Amino acid sequence: MTGSVYALMATGLTLIFGVMDIINLAQGILVILGAYLSYALAVHLHIDLFVGLLITIPTMFIVGIVIERAFIGRLKGPEKTAMSILVTYAVSLLIEGALNIIFSTNDVQLQAWYVNKSFAIGSVHFGYIYVAGFILAVGLLSSLYFMLYRTRFGVSIRASLADQTSAALVGIDVRRVSTICFGIGVAVTAAGGMIYGATNSFNASTSYDLISRLLTIIVLGGMGSLGGAMLAGVGMVFVGDMVGVVWSPIWSSMSYFIVLTIVLLVRPQGLFGKPVVRVA
Amino acid sequence: MNTKRKLFQTLSVTSVATASLLGAAFTTISGASSSTLAKGAPVKIGISLSLSGDFSADGQAFKQGYQLWANSVNAHGGLLGHKVVLDIVSDASDPTQVVTNYQKLISTDHVNLTFGPFSSLLSLPSAKAVSRYGYALVEGAGGAPSVFQAGLNNIFDVSLPVANDLVPFSKWVTSLPMSSRPKTVAYVTSNDPFTEPQVTTIEPTLTKAGIKSVYNKVFPAEVTDFTPIADAVAAAKPDAVVLGSVDVPTVSAFMQAFEQSGFSPKVFIATGGPDQGSTFIQAVGAKNADGMMVPNAWYGGSANPLSKTMVAAYVKKYGGTPAGVSSDVAEAFSVGEVVAQAVKATGGFDNAKIIAYLHGKHTMQSVQGPVTFNKLGMNITPTAFTFQWQGAKFVQVNPVNDPNSVKVLYPKPAWGK
Repeated sequence: MTGSVYALMATGLTLIFGVMDIINLAQGILVILGAYLSYALAVHLHIDLFVGLLITIPTMFIVGIVIERAFIGRLKGPEKTAMSILVTYAVSLLIEGALNIIFSTNDVQLQAWYVNKSFAIGSVHFGYIYVAGFILAVGLLSSLYFMLYRTRFGVSIRASLADQTSAALVGIDVRRVSTICFGIGVAVTAAGGMIYGATNSFNASTSYDLISRLLTIIVLGGMGSLGGAMLAGVGMVFVGDMVGVVWSPIWSSMSYFIVLTIVLLVRPQGLFGKPVVRVA
Repeated sequence: MNTKRKLFQTLSVTSVATASLLGAAFTTISGASSSTLAKGAPVKIGISLSLSGDFSADGQAFKQGYQLWANSVNAHGGLLGHKVVLDIVSDASDPTQVVTNYQKLISTDHVNLTFGPFSSLLSLPSAKAVSRYGYALVEGAGGAPSVFQAGLNNIFDVSLPVANDLVPFSKWVTSLPMSSRPKTVAYVTSNDPFTEPQVTTIEPTLTKAGIKSVYNKVFPAEVTDFTPIADAVAAAKPDAVVLGSVDVPTVSAFMQAFEQSGFSPKVFIATGGPDQGSTFIQAVGAKNADGMMVPNAWYGGSANPLSKTMVAAYVKKYGGTPAGVSSDVAEAFSVGEVVAQAVKATGGFDNAKIIAYLHGKHTMQSVQGPVTFNKLGMNITPTAFTFQWQGAKFVQVNPVNDPNSVKVLYPKPAWGK
């Protein structure tokens, strides 16, 4: 269930890369920003964590649009992808600094009556928050799939994913599609951040750990592949947990990277990525 | 022509050699100049702290402790009449960056003294770096055995050596009557130099007392999801849980997973996290904190007059209650107090003299109690205590025969009760 939340966060990252060729290193801090928004609503306005998503998801969408318009959209030329790493890292540092000033570096965790509660089926206990997070992640990912494969805008996105130049030639406003895609990619961090913040203590520095995991997820799944991100997100947590329980926790983190290395040796483009041919 | 060329080459080599010697001499003079200060000049203290990264919460608390000490000293006329200026740089909790930081602080910023960073993980490389310049590194959070085993002459830890932190706890457990003593225990610890020695130290004692180990695992610091480990501990149903944790997130993750599994041990002690005052309470909730134990040498309710003054100054500046003051603050404050006493005793800021003084078996006073260093730089005087959250209060419970200890809340109340 934890893997589905990672999948949700990684989906935003891979969507942004797939459509825009942008490696968004700020995705980790945006997840934390989403968590802090839920925290602020819960603590100061006493708004339930899930109800608060009605505010935080649109807010994060707007944050994404602003970042895209202010920084990302200005990147042009063949070095665009490489430059995006620097620009989004700078954005990440700015947001981290602001969060440290506003919320301090003390660890916090989102609290609600259901956060620590569970129900049992037989001898197995299921935490409400994990089940709710799983349902939320599946719901949002399904909505994302519906939008991509059942709407006109989804066709525009998929066309842009396949070939931006061709998409522009058939009249698709690639610039607008890119902006909205970035907004969507950031909006999902509100949900991911809320679930993450309810299941983990966090502060702004937690983002470094998060972004490193999210990047490895989309590399394993295949850069730009939504299905790959979902599978790799669930796989990362599943492999680590199984090794931790069956063998030893000391190997749990490394086991995922062993799987990643083996997959990349066999399929350098990741599980569902497309092979890239460099033109001299 | 050949003679002229040889002469030119000889002159060139001589010039380069002379320049190098002058440079070296200048560097030495420059380094030496840090020990003497012009009248009215401030004394600069270089510190690398984890203001971001894994230890950022502790790093900020350390910063508060250092600043409180500097404010206190400056309010009383400074160090030997020199105003104290702290030169604090962030190491992002990175053992490589911390080395770069101290090199910069000494060679570029020309600080007069250096105070330590947070954690054993960063203190050891820092001490090695500053030792090359002949500086003392007095620190408050680097008490792991590996720090002292390095055999450095310049490191001094003002706090309790970590290996014995859990000893009062193990003494209390083994003093319980057999009928009420925990029958089983789970040991689960992060692979950190701060946590592992503490846990391994008490294992033989508890085993000898007939307490059976039902789970004993080490996990890496970068674990993503503590749930399966915590579930495995819960499945073993131990009466006592000894968790080797460095920070609040690790403890809160285990507590949450235990509660979701419907498991509440009779005793739950964590090596770090519950001592972080209000930060811990914010993360886990006041009700869940009830009964949680942690070892340390200091707490906000300490009767030490120096501590009371510091706590009052902290609450005045940052708000909150004495129970909410992190032990990191006291550890940092103690560093300043010890260095100040060494500076006054040696009459200056000469690091060689300060190192010699600190090795001289002198007993200094700090908010954490007396400080006396052995030849390894380990503080040999402090007493280890165990603290427990009881009804939103952080109280001392061990050693049992200490007059300031209150009765242990045992068994620990169920979660949220």
